[in-house]
Amino acid sequence: MRLTHLIFLLYFFNLLGCKHPKLELTKIEGKQIPITDTLSADPDIESYIKPYRDNIKKDLDSVLAYSVNTFSKSDGKLNTAIGNFMADAIYSEANPIFKNRTGKNIDMVLLNHGGIRSVLPKGNVTKRTAYQLMPFENSIVVVALKGKQVDNLVHYLIKEKRAHPISKLKLTINENDKIVEAKIKGKDIEANKTYYVTTNDYLYNGGDNMSFFKTNDSLYVLNYKIRSALIDHFKKVDTINPVTDDRFVQIN
Amino acid sequence: MKRRNFIQQVSAGTALATLGSLGLSSFTTTTTKKITILHTNDVHSHIDAFGPEDGRNANKGGVARRASLIESIRNKNPNTLLLDAGDIFQGTPYFNYYGGELEFKLMSKLKYDAATIGNHDFDNGIDGLYAQLEHAKFQFVSANYDFSNTIMDTHTKPYKIFKKDGLIIGVFGLGIELNGLVDPTMYKETKYLDPIEIAQDMSRILKTEIHCDLIICLSHLGYNYRKNPNKVSDLKLAGATKDIDLIIGGHTHTFLSKPTIVKNIEGKNMLVNQVGCYGINLGKIDFYFDSGKNISANGTSIVV
Repeated sequence: MRLTHLIFLLYFFNLLGCKHPKLELTKIEGKQIPITDTLSADPDIESYIKPYRDNIKKDLDSVLAYSVNTFSKSDGKLNTAIGNFMADAIYSEANPIFKNRTGKNIDMVLLNHGGIRSVLPKGNVTKRTAYQLMPFENSIVVVALKGKQVDNLVHYLIKEKRAHPISKLKLTINENDKIVEAKIKGKDIEANKTYYVTTNDYLYNGGDNMSFFKTNDSLYVLNYKIRSALIDHFKKVDTINPVTDDRFVQIN
Repeated sequence: MKRRNFIQQVSAGTALATLGSLGLSSFTTTTTKKITILHTNDVHSHIDAFGPEDGRNANKGGVARRASLIESIRNKNPNTLLLDAGDIFQGTPYFNYYGGELEFKLMSKLKYDAATIGNHDFDNGIDGLYAQLEHAKFQFVSANYDFSNTIMDTHTKPYKIFKKDGLIIGVFGLGIELNGLVDPTMYKETKYLDPIEIAQDMSRILKTEIHCDLIICLSHLGYNYRKNPNKVSDLKLAGATKDIDLIIGGHTHTFLSKPTIVKNIEGKNMLVNQVGCYGINLGKIDFYFDSGKNISANGTSIVV
């Protein structure tokens, strides 16, 4: 009994005489651990993901159309079959939406050569093809440009001499880079006329140094992704067989 | 806090009494506690590992592998927090098909404790982010996005307090300016507040009012902008604030060979870290707390 009391008494003094030791941050160790194939995959997580993955795979790989050849953006100098296909597809998918909303027609399409992110391979065309061609989320916009500003667009194309995809614009230059012909939907470009030029939000915001879009009268955001338009187009066509044509050429 | 200290002392005393020791010299021993912070950023819907053909990222990443790594670390130290610095969304068809549902579900299964919001988390609009919140069993922290006029109102907190092994850890979030980066129709009436001012407020509240032992900032501001030195970044934030022990960054997809030691506004060393992107790496920062004679006169030593 007395010993127990003594222990408690001593403990009590102990409490009074000794404060709780304050903890202080004394050391920090930092590193980065790479996630590599030497780590085992958690089987529960893996089986949780599987139905999502399988469902996406099934949808991505369902056949929408057939491409008769492999088309690459390096197949032509100033225009390419794949670029022509993409620009024409954007025109035909976006124009009904634009017309429905505004009562107007799209006059021309301009995309960028660098925006074609893969080849269009020969064989079955699927949604996966659209994701490979256009992995980015860029959306279609229509920009109202005066003819004078379209001139800036034309001079950009002449200066660049790259096969930026175009539709409904026809441009012929001579060996000195002078314009022989510049027409939209078969007509000469008029300085004061308003043209409805379709592009994507990246280019509208000055991507690839396309500064001419910034002087627009008005902007129409269609809330329609380039990729979605391609998928919709693949669903409508059976066979894809585009050609390099005379929409942008240099003659001697 | 004080009450918990008392309980700890009593139970320690009881143990000593049972052993029959008088325990007079027991307070000369030391206590060490370890808090482990694990973190990711800019995972961008990279749920599957990269395939063998994927260039420099070949065979890297993958949520299922990350899960087993995290579990093995938690088994070694249960006093672990798992954090993400934003841009959870966008980058693979998983996002295009399911809108971020699987990303949030998997982060919940991996038991993430908190995340902040990146610009790409608005890619399906603020409504698209809100729609997926039911799948996130972790807290979103954002101190400088004022969501009060949006659907996200009340669904984020400026900071969250965690208690691990008796230590108090405060985690607050900071997001990047959305204007010019995200279409205004996507973020709607989200107001962006000055991150440095907000961080100064947060660190004051967490240090002097809540008495945090550890203060962590989850930032989606970006590591550093060499070409635009006036743009706020993690390195600038670190140098303009005090009492923050660690800034976990994102947005710039910065791969660092090791965490960066930065002097804060008081000249004290702290850490800024970021682990690239796509779930290729996991950041791991261990904080050791000591009492008694282990405390060195030189303050905190940082080993990176």
